[in-house]
Amino acid sequence: MELKTKIAAQDGQQDLVITREFELPVDLLFRAYAEPEILEEWMGSKVVKLESQKNGSYELEKKDENGNVVFAANGVIHEFVPNKKIIRTFEMANTPFGVQLEVYDFEPLGADNSKLTMHLIFESGTLRDKQLQLPFKQGINWAHNQLEASLRKLIKK
Amino acid sequence: MNLRRDVFQAIADPTRRAILLLVASQALTAGAIASNFDTARPTISKHLAILTECQLLEQTPNGREMYYTINAIKMKEVADFIEPFRKIWDDRFNKLEAIMKKYKK
Repeated sequence: MELKTKIAAQDGQQDLVITREFELPVDLLFRAYAEPEILEEWMGSKVVKLESQKNGSYELEKKDENGNVVFAANGVIHEFVPNKKIIRTFEMANTPFGVQLEVYDFEPLGADNSKLTMHLIFESGTLRDKQLQLPFKQGINWAHNQLEASLRKLIKK
Repeated sequence: MNLRRDVFQAIADPTRRAILLLVASQALTAGAIASNFDTARPTISKHLAILTECQLLEQTPNGREMYYTINAIKMKEVADFIEPFRKIWDDRFNKLEAIMKKYKK
């Protein structure tokens, strides 16, 4: 199945661009990033704080069943233009990955569809590559299966 | 020395596979890795040493802590990590799309 998400990451650069088209009007797509309850619903992380405004900040957190924090991230919002643009920083707590700058562009594609372009800029090319190669915690279940399957294939060889 | 064979041996062990899966999601200290297992700490240290020796894991210092990360180049022999990254985002966006369709009037 063709994935709708595209990722452009050029060798030797320290940024990457993620694009995706949605069967959603642009205002609905934007709300998914602007409203804490909705963000929490699809991100699967608890939204501890989200001030959707210029100079606002946000905090995300995910705990396992024992209450241990397995993922925590935070950042500040530099630009917040409803239905158009968000510029924010993103930092995962307790990791050596540094801070990334994220530019989100929201574009209408007619009345019913929209496109999101995420431009992520990392502190260095090495840090970008590490992020690319280490799937985030939220996706780990899929990565587990994928990795297990690949490992099994390798073991059979 | 046959490197390929070393990688094979490293991942043939279930505990070492579990360690790789853990570290694939985020950089972790030896202590954090060990806390996920009932196995004695020295046993985990031995597994970490083997994974590091055959270059599947790398050690990255961060302050006084030493973090273990996946060695992506070596792991390319095992799995292409860009695709999982893309798949994760695609899954996440699919979820976003499905949820937001509920809000559509």
